[in-house]
Amino acid sequence: MSATTQPRPPRSLALLRATRYTLAENQLTLVACGLFGILLLCAVFGAVIAPYDPLATDMASRLKPPTAAHWFGTDALGRDILSRVIVAARLDLGMAVSAVAVSFLIGTALGAMAGYWGGLVDAIFGRLMDTIMAFPLFVLAMGIVAALGNSVLNIILATAVINLPFYGRFARAEVNVRRDLAYVEAARMGGNGGLRILSGHIVRNILPTMAVQASLNMGWAILNAAGLSFIGLGVRPPTPEWGIMVSEGASYIISGEWWTFVFPGMALMLAVFCFNLLGDGLRDVLDPRRRT
Amino acid sequence: MGLIGIVAKRLLGAIPSLAGVVVVTFLLSHALPGDPAVLFAGPAANAESVAQVRSHLGLDRSLPVQFLSYTSDMLHGDLGQSLTTGQPVVTDLVQRLPASLELTAAAILFAVVVAIPLGVLAATREGSWIDHLCRSTVTLAAAFPTFFVALLLVYVFYYLLRIAPEPLGRLNDVYFEAPATITGFYLIDSALAGQWTTFGGALAQMALPAISLGLFALAPIARITRAAMLTALGSDFVRTARACGLSHRKVLVTYAMRNAMLPVANVLGMVFSFVLGANVLIEDVFGWPGVGAYAVKAVIQSDYSAVQGFILMMATVYILLNLLVDLLSIAADPRVRMEG
Repeated sequence: MSATTQPRPPRSLALLRATRYTLAENQLTLVACGLFGILLLCAVFGAVIAPYDPLATDMASRLKPPTAAHWFGTDALGRDILSRVIVAARLDLGMAVSAVAVSFLIGTALGAMAGYWGGLVDAIFGRLMDTIMAFPLFVLAMGIVAALGNSVLNIILATAVINLPFYGRFARAEVNVRRDLAYVEAARMGGNGGLRILSGHIVRNILPTMAVQASLNMGWAILNAAGLSFIGLGVRPPTPEWGIMVSEGASYIISGEWWTFVFPGMALMLAVFCFNLLGDGLRDVLDPRRRT
Repeated sequence: MGLIGIVAKRLLGAIPSLAGVVVVTFLLSHALPGDPAVLFAGPAANAESVAQVRSHLGLDRSLPVQFLSYTSDMLHGDLGQSLTTGQPVVTDLVQRLPASLELTAAAILFAVVVAIPLGVLAATREGSWIDHLCRSTVTLAAAFPTFFVALLLVYVFYYLLRIAPEPLGRLNDVYFEAPATITGFYLIDSALAGQWTTFGGALAQMALPAISLGLFALAPIARITRAAMLTALGSDFVRTARACGLSHRKVLVTYAMRNAMLPVANVLGMVFSFVLGANVLIEDVFGWPGVGAYAVKAVIQSDYSAVQGFILMMATVYILLNLLVDLLSIAADPRVRMEG
């Protein structure tokens, strides 16, 4: 090492600077971070924070509008809506995160292999993704849940399947442009096998862009899972979940009890909004070239 | 290659997708864990009736044989019987399809009519209030769950303002007479028959569901229109056109918009996928008598032939819509023709 080489700042420091720059430039991302913190808090400590038992019914005070005692009012069985909205965060976010994680892992693995080896593997992979995309995605999810059985696990599985093409195709494209780059050639010259080059060299490099894709995709996964439970699939009453709460509250619109569906709906909307903004922010930090 | 050759090639290109769809719907019902015979026999079945259903459905035969008979039944228009209505699934679906198509078409029409001018205006006045309006609409509309928007609209326009009719179905048959079926689209049929009060009633019923569904489709179309227009307006050919002294209108409409429409047509495929899916939720909210509401009931009651028929039909509609978009973009853009 010659003495004239400038010491490069460590990578983590550069990332920190980019984060600070993005946050300072776009306050909405900061708001999203705050929202994310609240959501996380509700998901982890929901049962502790909630002022009432989300399942405790009280027929004496059913369908009461928001008051100081019940900030979000009470539902048809006298349950506290605020408590139910808070506790539901774990299930809603849990379903979306698990679905995204499954399709992220499988999609990246399959897409990377298709992009690296090409040929028959790529042809089969392409046909598979095309077949999934040939369906209106929510309809396919409905069909999967209907066939596999009506459970939360199958909602997660169905959401994962319909998200698979987004990760798969993205990973395939990202790997495809890298497979003949100099560092990959060098690794090949060093005697590394295909799987080792993929896992040790290429996938490592596409992870940041894949992470951006995942966070942009989270909001959509939440909407899908909640949509499925809105039509009565997966989650069963009295489990608190935003989609099913909106659907239960819907019958009280005609008589004007708006709080029964507005608060869970708002929670759902804010969660999706938060992940969309976080995804945009994360893209600005990790992948500045794709800024819009 | 001539234009007809290209169109034929695209039509043939849809066949593998259709085949894939048939295979997947077959696999969903036959090769998955759990016993389809139990599903088809319904919740009240005993061992004997399950065995009977199994041999009736041919489930005791090998998988390839089952697939062949499944495809041959399907090609003969036989999708099985619905458990809930007792009718052939095909009859049920064909009866309900026009309602769904009318709603979807109205929603997409609404989305395109609002989103494209919004995107174009946002791009021509970059940084102005209308640009900010466009961008915040896009961000917000992408985060709103369709079914929640629908319920909010019902609450505001039906309960609070009392200007929308009761959100139940396509037409209130206490006040209006349903038009004679020509196309199955109430708006078109009533207009053709000159029944203008019915037309008004059907339009009023359709407004809220179509708008809530359309809002969902609006965001991606507006975003792509804005981005594509910005690219087109910043290009060399627009600069040249301006330098040659062409009118603002000519530059915008003939040069920039024509070029910006290709990305918009491409995003329409994705939009159709979203809208056909969200259609199910909207029909559920508004008691719309279409295939989506039918499928929701079928899924809840494990009426699997009905669900299967529904998925098959929606996938086919989706593939055909994509084909239509493809053909439109061939018509709009000679470059696509070159690629063949």
